[in-house]
Amino acid sequence: MRALTGWIAGHPVLAFLVVFAVFPFLVPYKALATQVLIYGLFALGFNLLYGYTGLLSFGHAAYWGLGAYGTGIALAKLQVGSLWLALLAGPALAVVGGVVIGFLCLRRRGIYFAMLTLAFAQLLYFVGFHLADVTGGDDGLRGISVPPLVLPGVRIPLDTSLAFYYFAFALVALAVAGLKRILDSPFGAVLQAIRENSDRAVACGYDATRVKHLSFVFSALFAGLAGALDALRLNVVPIESLYWSTSGQVVIMTLLGGAGTFFGPFVGAATWLVLEDRLAVFTESWPLVVGAIFMAFVLFLPKGIWGTLLARLGP
Amino acid sequence: MADLTLATLAAQVFTGLVLGMILVLLAIGLSLIFGLMTVVNFAHGSLYMLGAYFGFFLVASTKSFWLALVVAPLLVGVFGLLMERFLVRRLYGRSIDDPLLLTFGLSLVLVEAVRLVWGKIGLTLDPPPALAGAVNLGFTYFPLYRLFVIGVTVVVLVALLLFLEKTNVGLIIRAGSRDPVMVRALGFDLGRVWLLVFGIGTALAGLAGVLAGPMRGVYAEMGVTIVIESFVVVVVGGMGSLPGAIVAGLVIGQVVSLTTLFAPKFAEIMVFIVMALVLLVRPSGLFGEAGLME
Repeated sequence: MRALTGWIAGHPVLAFLVVFAVFPFLVPYKALATQVLIYGLFALGFNLLYGYTGLLSFGHAAYWGLGAYGTGIALAKLQVGSLWLALLAGPALAVVGGVVIGFLCLRRRGIYFAMLTLAFAQLLYFVGFHLADVTGGDDGLRGISVPPLVLPGVRIPLDTSLAFYYFAFALVALAVAGLKRILDSPFGAVLQAIRENSDRAVACGYDATRVKHLSFVFSALFAGLAGALDALRLNVVPIESLYWSTSGQVVIMTLLGGAGTFFGPFVGAATWLVLEDRLAVFTESWPLVVGAIFMAFVLFLPKGIWGTLLARLGP
Repeated sequence: MADLTLATLAAQVFTGLVLGMILVLLAIGLSLIFGLMTVVNFAHGSLYMLGAYFGFFLVASTKSFWLALVVAPLLVGVFGLLMERFLVRRLYGRSIDDPLLLTFGLSLVLVEAVRLVWGKIGLTLDPPPALAGAVNLGFTYFPLYRLFVIGVTVVVLVALLLFLEKTNVGLIIRAGSRDPVMVRALGFDLGRVWLLVFGIGTALAGLAGVLAGPMRGVYAEMGVTIVIESFVVVVVGGMGSLPGAIVAGLVIGQVVSLTTLFAPKFAEIMVFIVMALVLLVRPSGLFGEAGLME
């Protein structure tokens, strides 16, 4: 067991590829596997900011929502025929959002930051709600059809759940490799230095605000890609994509799994989705149970499932 | 806007004043709790909601709005005491984010628990007969109950400020938010002060809930939007500043109310635009001191 966790922690990208290549055959149904992948990516983006940079955002619904609406509007309203172009639109919009909102929120530190991210996400929610001509408003954005995947020489329709899973798998794998690259770079080292001691990083000559801002934008990019994939998965963008509950969901997932660990977000996303799936059968009040479990984690297991495993077994 | 008269405008200003009062009550509680123990109470909106439900329950069982007006905030305050003693206290000394995360979890639990107990459908809380109807202010008619809300809030605020400025306990609270280490060194038990302040802050949220119930309805999600607006008030006013919370609460109340009159679609959005502007011009808020309590 110790050897296994050690190997996974040492080769995160390879481990991701191995686990998620067979994942759809390990879970009760394939739709769940795709959801774990997409929400895992969302939590991965959140974790870059919270777990590795030490900035708690309570408004990541903004970038998830911008990603979903960007791709959804490109396909449903602008009739963009190309899957790649549509997939570019969402994350690009999320990056723009991350640049602007990140700039404003980083004017304050600490707990203000969390409240500001929440407030700006809520602003976008109301904008999405009232701009019904573009976003579909309260009814959500409907009529998103997924164009076939066109690669040099091949044309693959993504209409089966397994085909879509492996398409998402390829993109999320790229994102995972990208995150690993970021964390291993000098920039990644500065991020973690800022998390540990921001003043000291500044004293070492790093422009902490700029580094944080860049981390914010990368985080928005990952969240936006996840949102864009979710728009393709659901064929609709519900208005709740921008709502604060979505921001809360990614916070809970990441902390359940383990903030600041590479796989925590995926473990957390899987835990949340399985909990929701199982609990919803028994009771309508499943958020009560999830909320109580989350409180117990904050109080007693702040490292989350994967973080505690790593700490117990050692990498 | 052809039908815009001075009377409509005045009525709208008064409506904004009432909303502002509710926001001030919430923001002052948030600000007090934050100022003293750097805890952001995300469950503040849920306690507001709890105040309204306790109010409803007490009115239904005792038939007395006046009793409910006093007892419901006290019950919420007791709940706040228990919250501090058994949940939040465990997190002192840990990351500043942890209490926010914990109270966020608690807010999910409270909303669902209330749905289980009182059902998913919203309830109506009637103002007492003595406060029904409208009064003639000379230039417009205005619901008597709303004037009462303004009056109660003013009385509570004055009492709170007197308590903080004139009593010994108030002095310790103010000193504790400046320099907790020094206050401890002087031999005061800050744990008890924290408990008290958490109780006061949450009771104010409960009071805001009972007062708002007859105007805005009683439903499980009622605390969600307003807690975010209260966060905005605290950010605009300057965290930990009581005058800041009061001024910003009144300003935000007017912004919402007047935008509702002129451009209803922008009412919710304007709040955040004002916040963004304040952040750009004065990042520490209207009354905040730069660098304090970051």
